[in-house]
Amino acid sequence: MMTAIYLISAFVIAGLFFVNRNSVINNILIIIFGILQTGFTIYGCYNHNTSVLEYFTFDSLGLLLLMTLSVITIPALFHSYLYIKRHDETPQSRAIYFSALVILITSITAAYLANHIAVIWIFTELTTLSASMLIYHHRNKLALEGTWKYVFICAISITFVFIGILFLSLSLHHAGSDDLSFSNLMLYKDQLNPFWLRLAFLFIFTGFTAKLGLVPMYTAGIDAKDKAPAPAGALLASVLMNLGFVGIFRFYALVAHTSLFHWANLIIFIAAFTSIFVATVYMTKILNIKRMFAYSGIEHMGIVMLGLAAGGVGYYAAVLHIMLHALVKSGLFFQYNQIYRTFQSKSIQNVGNYFKYNPTGAIVLLIGFISATAMPPSGMFVSEFLIFRALFEGNYIILLILVLLLLTIVIWAFGKNILKILFLPVPDIDETKIPKISPWESLSQYILMFMAIWLGLNPPAAFVQLIQDAIKILPN
Amino acid sequence: MVNVLLIIFIISLLYVSIANRIITYVRVLALQGVILFGVTFLQLKDIQTWNLVLILLETIVFKAVAVPIFLAYLIKRNKITRETEPYLPHFISLLIITMIVVITVLLANSIRDTYLDKIFFIVSLSTIFTGLYFIATRKKIITHVMGYLMIENGVFVLSLAVGNEMPNLVNLGIMLDVFASVLILGIFLNKIGDVFKAADVDQLSNLKDY
Repeated sequence: MMTAIYLISAFVIAGLFFVNRNSVINNILIIIFGILQTGFTIYGCYNHNTSVLEYFTFDSLGLLLLMTLSVITIPALFHSYLYIKRHDETPQSRAIYFSALVILITSITAAYLANHIAVIWIFTELTTLSASMLIYHHRNKLALEGTWKYVFICAISITFVFIGILFLSLSLHHAGSDDLSFSNLMLYKDQLNPFWLRLAFLFIFTGFTAKLGLVPMYTAGIDAKDKAPAPAGALLASVLMNLGFVGIFRFYALVAHTSLFHWANLIIFIAAFTSIFVATVYMTKILNIKRMFAYSGIEHMGIVMLGLAAGGVGYYAAVLHIMLHALVKSGLFFQYNQIYRTFQSKSIQNVGNYFKYNPTGAIVLLIGFISATAMPPSGMFVSEFLIFRALFEGNYIILLILVLLLLTIVIWAFGKNILKILFLPVPDIDETKIPKISPWESLSQYILMFMAIWLGLNPPAAFVQLIQDAIKILPN
Repeated sequence: MVNVLLIIFIISLLYVSIANRIITYVRVLALQGVILFGVTFLQLKDIQTWNLVLILLETIVFKAVAVPIFLAYLIKRNKITRETEPYLPHFISLLIITMIVVITVLLANSIRDTYLDKIFFIVSLSTIFTGLYFIATRKKIITHVMGYLMIENGVFVLSLAVGNEMPNLVNLGIMLDVFASVLILGIFLNKIGDVFKAADVDQLSNLKDY
């Protein structure tokens, strides 16, 4: 019941955003949606493991990621508000921006909770639509190019997922059933035809990599995160990637119980390793700050998938890592806007000595850097370390050494750029033009970063319990 | 009868591989829409009326009429040159597409599956791969879109192969078609024609890493 109310009112709010031209009503709607999203999450926490509307279940994984989403939603709305206010947007572009943002968040929420593969698929398609509106926000040539690439690659990926679903239904035919919900698939897991299941896994995995950001379909996401306004880019770089993870995770949990388990792991290892490799290669050359953050996301998704394929403690670490990554990466993207306002440039070459101009923001960047490279005091160190342990225990020593080597290069490249941004002065800069930025605008980033550290180093018992429950369906 | 239609479908792929003018692609897409309606009509037994109406709308109205007209309009309005401008000569395209068909036939014959209608499987897979091949080897953005539409047709045939017992999946596939095509064609191709004067993919390489 509550879910229906949530979905309907979210879409109504999106519609109101779309038709409304008044800025006061716009702000009220932002607050209402923030309350709605938070309220729905709290409702979900009290209804753990209940199914609603037939196609949605508040299971542990969905709930964990939903909480991450709602935590990120509040600062995303706040920073979107600031962004739109500062850019003197026309009422039309503001209307489109906010209604696309609301549809994006709502469809991600619905896709997290969906217990039927076709429902996940439908809402994934909706995210493509709303994300493309956000990417096209500036309506210039580059934004159009980014949008075009994103839409085209996502359309092909979504077609791949659909082909995968068709193969899956063929596979299920052999078991004499035609209900594609995950619980039913689990029921018939021993009778599924392995040949069709194999094809289904290949297609569904490839399709969801567009959202998750792995080789082969990662390319579109990079341009998208670059061209979207930073508050929207924060969502694309964190919670939307988690959506790809949900799609793959739920299907992988089924495949893991069949004879294809080792084969599927091999596929994931190959995709994950090549992703880390690709991210490393680009990171060493990169000059665009936003794209640097985006490639760092590709690298982290590679690590997450390594954890998932390695098994053992890796399952726990993978789920933990993807949540911490979402918190940290969205914080970095929110912070990026302040950098852009200070220097009016995306290029690392034109940015420097940030500590002098905005110390509060510079510290966010520093903590974000420490977290994103998983250095010890950060929460992501814990999860990444656990993933390495899982690889070690699974006897993937050579893979582990290669990954560690690549990550060292990533840390070097990332560190070189971030330290340049923070400390090295740029020669010709007009200091009178640099605006004063209120430290309060960095507050939400501090909260996100410290949450990531806290959840990594000292997770509450209930939180650990939820993760354990989420990975219970995977074989040990 | 279904087999005849599907074989015409395959022949249309071969024909499109040597087509020299873009408008031929549009016509072939329209023809494929009509063939798809025939196949669906003959294939899906005891379907409800509203389901039939939906499929009719999708294949005849959408695939065979609306999309081709819109594509022709776009070609005219954006003054896209009439040649297809492939990176490879037509003869090689023909060879490659023949190879694709032969390989899918061999692949389908190696599968022993009573639930699978082989000819549907062959047609759909070769259409999907042909579409991917067109995307990879043609220069214009609009031919990429046509390649994508061809992939959609392939997926439609595949959903028919499975859909005899599962009409819901066919409906889902229709949703995919309409949604993605409208998104791609309607919003963006329209804009791209305005912003980028020559509609080549070479124009779309300004987003760089350094």
